[in-house]
Amino acid sequence: MALLEVQDLAMGFPLDGRLVRAVDGVSFALERGRVLGLVGESGSGKSMTALCLMRLLPPAGRIVGGRVLLGGRDLLALPEREMRAVRGAGLAMVFQEPMTALNPVLTVGRQVAEAVALHQPVGRRAAWQRAVTLLGEVGFPDPERHARDYPHQLSGGMRQRALIAIAISCEPLVLIADEPTTALDVTIQAEILDLLEALRARRGMAMLLITHDLGVVAEHADEVAIMYGGRIVEHAPTTEIFDRPFHPYTQALLRSMPALGGGHDRLEAIPGQVPDLRRLPSGCAFHDRCPRAIAECSLAPPPLEEKAPGHRAACIRA
Amino acid sequence: MTPLVEACDLQKHFPLGGGWLRRASAAVRAVDGVSFAIAPGETLGLVGESGCGKSTLGRLVLRLLEPTAGDVRFDGRSLLALDAGALRAVRREMQIVFQDPYGSLDPRMCVGSIVGEGLAIHRLGTRAARRRRVEELLALVGLPADVASRRPHEFSGGQRQRIGIARALAVEPRFVVADEAVSALDVSIQAQIINLLQDLKRRLGLTMLFISHDLRVVEHVSDRVAIMYLGRLVEVAPRERIYAHPRHPYTRALLSAVPVADPHRPRRREPMRGELPSAVAPPPGCAFHPRCAHAEDVCRRVVPPLAQGRDGHAVACHVFPAER
Repeated sequence: MALLEVQDLAMGFPLDGRLVRAVDGVSFALERGRVLGLVGESGSGKSMTALCLMRLLPPAGRIVGGRVLLGGRDLLALPEREMRAVRGAGLAMVFQEPMTALNPVLTVGRQVAEAVALHQPVGRRAAWQRAVTLLGEVGFPDPERHARDYPHQLSGGMRQRALIAIAISCEPLVLIADEPTTALDVTIQAEILDLLEALRARRGMAMLLITHDLGVVAEHADEVAIMYGGRIVEHAPTTEIFDRPFHPYTQALLRSMPALGGGHDRLEAIPGQVPDLRRLPSGCAFHDRCPRAIAECSLAPPPLEEKAPGHRAACIRA
Repeated sequence: MTPLVEACDLQKHFPLGGGWLRRASAAVRAVDGVSFAIAPGETLGLVGESGCGKSTLGRLVLRLLEPTAGDVRFDGRSLLALDAGALRAVRREMQIVFQDPYGSLDPRMCVGSIVGEGLAIHRLGTRAARRRRVEELLALVGLPADVASRRPHEFSGGQRQRIGIARALAVEPRFVVADEAVSALDVSIQAQIINLLQDLKRRLGLTMLFISHDLRVVEHVSDRVAIMYLGRLVEVAPRERIYAHPRHPYTRALLSAVPVADPHRPRRREPMRGELPSAVAPPPGCAFHPRCAHAEDVCRRVVPPLAQGRDGHAVACHVFPAER
């Protein structure tokens, strides 16, 4: 059995007496040591999926179905007290905004040490020592000294490293990285992604890498799931997604991206707007922007089916 | 061809720590001696990481900020020598499109007034003519005419950016500064706006300064590309040259860090040490030397000038100078 198995997960927000679904029937499995890239545009449900796994929903959000099995245990059925122990040691998360995720009035060493002490029965001095070691592991130069720095004294890249140290402090089985580099410059982004990859290799963690950037998953993910309108529309090994995309949305996304060395050619933009979850088109949510849509596409959401070995797509036209 | 826009040794230093009764002790050297020229109809891409001074440079070129030293010439005339009236007349010909499609449109104004405001300010045409012009502009950027009576909050990010572009084009500028104009948009929408800018540029013969941190987008839209590091240009070259034959170690490090959407391509990163130094006390000599894997003794002492080589390729580097 896979380390992490998500089955038919659904969540939404109540609005005007009905439920607006942000995640709708998401299923995937993640093995130990593997990296799954979860790709989508704003409102696709990729971040909300991650928050469901952590059970850290925004106030009005509600999980309305499905199971999240970590080592066979359904996290959605756990009492909150037990879930607290899972956060950190089972699943840990690195967020997008390194500026706001740290406490500005505590040193970064103290914040890492707090995370250590929260889950492990160690004294203050041992927790501090462990924090310094962790900061060294995530690439802090002279960690002994910089552990005493406050967040504002650090660059965005260093803050993100501190957050990663906190996330790995309890040796999680699965690390969820939600757009970990979106707010960072391209050279820092490359360093942070290389660091995450090294940590995964060294510690054997599984990783859920959430991003809007197909370049990032091409370089760092073993497999890729593409999300649109709250559903996974295609899921395959990374090389398969890029070499043989089945879903028209995946194909369009790949063509609409400016590529390095791509020159001056006109981009093939996807017509229309990113869908509003409150007014999602019926049937396949992509049908109103899809060049290959037929009348049937608007009837029912297509199931995610195997189109080639290990390659699933949700499209009746693929 | 005579350039439409010329920056001549532009500098902008922001004083730090000064205040009431206290003299400013230091300054952020946001732009520290930058010169370039943009030919009519050309798009110059300006690339750099956060804090390198690229947005400040964009504002200096429009004289939205007063430079500490240096000059900007538009169509052969110095912008700094103009009085308020003459400057206002020139401003009609220069516009800016901002990054944030949420913060840059007044939420209390309807779209028609936002797009038509420039026309009203410059007293162009009658009220009825202005209304017709707004409809034309909305059609030009791919929005239906009925959006004129609606307010910005009713629109998505991509649609708002179209409104921002229509506003910039209303007064028929010859020169547009696009400051991270597509950076906040989703991939599928970003492509729409890039295509729109390209079409408009061709149809209207616009000259552009396209400021972005995204090397992929810049390659797509630019004729020439300038790379900025800590207030100075380190390399300027035609697009094909700079992407195929980058010379400056910083340019090479930047290019090698861009994630490529091809899982078969081997990753080869150019090394770069440490972090961006402070613009308050930039390193002596070449500002990049503390992070450069190729730095020699001279790099620590002498600022390398941006030296022009063949094929329009200019590089500011002692170790990898432009080819002559």
